[in-house]
Amino acid sequence: MEKSYLNMDLLRFTTAGSVDDGKSTLIGRLLYDSKSIFEDQMEAIQQVSDRKGEEHVNLALLTDGLRDEREQGITIDVAYRYFATPQRKFIIADTPGHIQYTRNMVTGASTANLAIILIDARHGIVEQTKRHSFIASLLGIPHIVYCINKMDLVDYSQEVYNTLVDDLEDFSAKLETKDVRFIPISALKGDNVVHRSEKMGWFEGATLMHTLETVHIASDHNHIDCRFPIQNVIRPQTTEHHDYRGYAGRIAGGVFKKGDAVMVLPSGFTSKIKSIDTFDGEIDEAFAPMSVTMTLEDDIDISRGDMIVRENNKPEVSQDIEAMICWMGDSPLKEKGKYALKHTSKDARCMVKEIKYKVDINTLHRNEADKVISSNDVARVTLRTTSPLFIDQYGRNRNTGSLILIDEATNNTVGAGMII
Amino acid sequence: MGSYNLTHLKELESEAIFVIREVVAQFENPVLLFSGGKDSIVCYHLARKAFYPAKVPFPLMHVDTGHNFPETIQFRDKLIEETGARLIVGSVQQSIDEGKSTEEKGVNASRNKLQTVTLLDAIEANKFDCAMGGARRDEEKARAKERFFSHRDDFGQWDPKNQRPELWNTFNGKKNMGEHFRVFPISNWTEMDIWQYILAEKIDIPSIYFSHTRDCFVRDGVIMGKTDFVETKDTEEVQPMVVRFRTIGDATCTGAVASTAATLEEIIEEVASTRVTERGGRSDDKRSEAAMEDRKKEGYF
Ligand SMILES: Nc1nc2c(ncn2[C@@H]2O[C@H](COP(=O)(O)OP(=O)(O)O)[C@@H](O)[C@H]2O)c(=O)[nH]1
Repeated sequence: MEKSYLNMDLLRFTTAGSVDDGKSTLIGRLLYDSKSIFEDQMEAIQQVSDRKGEEHVNLALLTDGLRDEREQGITIDVAYRYFATPQRKFIIADTPGHIQYTRNMVTGASTANLAIILIDARHGIVEQTKRHSFIASLLGIPHIVYCINKMDLVDYSQEVYNTLVDDLEDFSAKLETKDVRFIPISALKGDNVVHRSEKMGWFEGATLMHTLETVHIASDHNHIDCRFPIQNVIRPQTTEHHDYRGYAGRIAGGVFKKGDAVMVLPSGFTSKIKSIDTFDGEIDEAFAPMSVTMTLEDDIDISRGDMIVRENNKPEVSQDIEAMICWMGDSPLKEKGKYALKHTSKDARCMVKEIKYKVDINTLHRNEADKVISSNDVARVTLRTTSPLFIDQYGRNRNTGSLILIDEATNNTVGAGMII
Repeated sequence: MGSYNLTHLKELESEAIFVIREVVAQFENPVLLFSGGKDSIVCYHLARKAFYPAKVPFPLMHVDTGHNFPETIQFRDKLIEETGARLIVGSVQQSIDEGKSTEEKGVNASRNKLQTVTLLDAIEANKFDCAMGGARRDEEKARAKERFFSHRDDFGQWDPKNQRPELWNTFNGKKNMGEHFRVFPISNWTEMDIWQYILAEKIDIPSIYFSHTRDCFVRDGVIMGKTDFVETKDTEEVQPMVVRFRTIGDATCTGAVASTAATLEEIIEEVASTRVTERGGRSDDKRSEAAMEDRKKEGYF
């Protein structure tokens, strides 16, 4: 085997669709056709299918994790699946589609490069299609692929497909997402999933697998605004590295080079990058999402939660945060309520100064009268933090533009915030 | 590939290092569970990278069933000595001697399940507030929904229906007194990623991962190494076979595979064409379809 794996990269995607649109079948198909299903897994689901008296091996069973869910026959949490082709490794965040699982979809979407949204060719755009699209857009997923599924049930009709694409184009023009694609498929029969469909010669685009393998993801990270949130301070305190003081973290944006003039927030002290160190030796430059350790020319007091940036390109330093919040707590978001907050490597507390409006995530309609924000709701809020955060707009940087809220009584993560 | 794009191995490495550093920042007394198997060896390698040039700022802990292949223990001790790590051994034998666990009986007796008691005891005795482990989500269905940061109540139990949402790379390690966390830095790696990484990084692993000749017998279709810890039935014929191990666990329930793969390249080629998951060789998971889930709820790794 040639060492193609040394050139593979990594694509994370989510799958969403209404119940019965064929999501599980599609994932099963991707895993099966890319030979990522093992015999013992196949055997196990065969046994279950036999026991339940099902006629075909139910590929959907492959993607059902926990027992309660298996028994109820639905997916309720986010489950992660893996497969690889010689071009890429893929991580699927498989999430349920019901409105009461919006928080799970948001979780799955938070790290995704791409969203697959399934549509039943017979039903067209439904409420869920809009909701899933909105979540993908809200969470800043750079690429959306609409898969028009069950084409076999509409005689592989080009007309049905074209009408649907027209509708989807109208609708998706309202989204933030710029890269939107459409593929007619049959997850059950395999058309245009991994193999090109013979029945749909009229379709000139790429198959789903080819799209997943080739979509350009290098620019999904921000390589412009330099942001390095400090996780830990490395002090070996050995004779060999007596005065070594390194700042460990994962680059959240931009490209840092040895010798660059930098500024440390919140102190505002400036210095130069003396070295960018890794276990494998010094490197000349580092970019998102690399984990490195930096040393600076000057001895400055820096600790976890601080951020190294460029003086001429700073994030906003602010205690007043405007954000869209997806609420995940069991009890509603409280106006004037206090929560713990995490933003990059920084811990703070905040007060919810104002709930501005709730978003109807099926229609994108803003409701300024309804301020009861329960689990799975999305709302626009203003937060006041106890100490300044170093923020960017979420649309510009998903690392420095995101935050989570934590209930101080239960320690549960109760909110996901996208900074505006 | 563009110059500002990482390979999948580099991205997985960076993610794992980030997670390990978060553990050190968010917990007071973490520990890395170290079985001597390839996944925990990779975790330890990543930990060394995360804090270089400083030493790894937490100890390793081996929950030792006492039923080991000797090669594993030799390897473990050599690695510890060469890298200057601190090793804590939690002994299942001792838990049995102290009456905290009861040995299973019969030919299929295994100490795998007993590890849970010893592990939870050792966590309590050492006041660890976070135990990192090398579990991967691709290993088994119940693991597919596991978080990077997995919260455990004060009995060490996992509640799969009440997991904290985990968004972006912002990990919430907040907890009450007496609770602890399990953290899995290589959650997103597959068996293939592990092998490719071991090759790319030239990481040393125990010899039993490579093809060798060993006295074996076959039970329920699984090749088992003959050791002093397993009783063989009369019908089970012990004979030398050319095998290697895909995982290293308790010698009583870890199956080998017939294989001539003697180098990492050959192993990678074999893994690429294999049609059975690595846990397929572990009789502990076969007991019931939801076996892993049950053990995890009780506090298994
Ligand atoms: N005819 C046809 N049926 C499909 C297709 N994809 C899925 N199905 C069927 O639709 C039903 C629901 O599929 P499933 O994958 O369980 O949907 P999920 O609820 O979205 O995961 C099952 O009976 C599938 O066999 C398709 O492309 N064509």
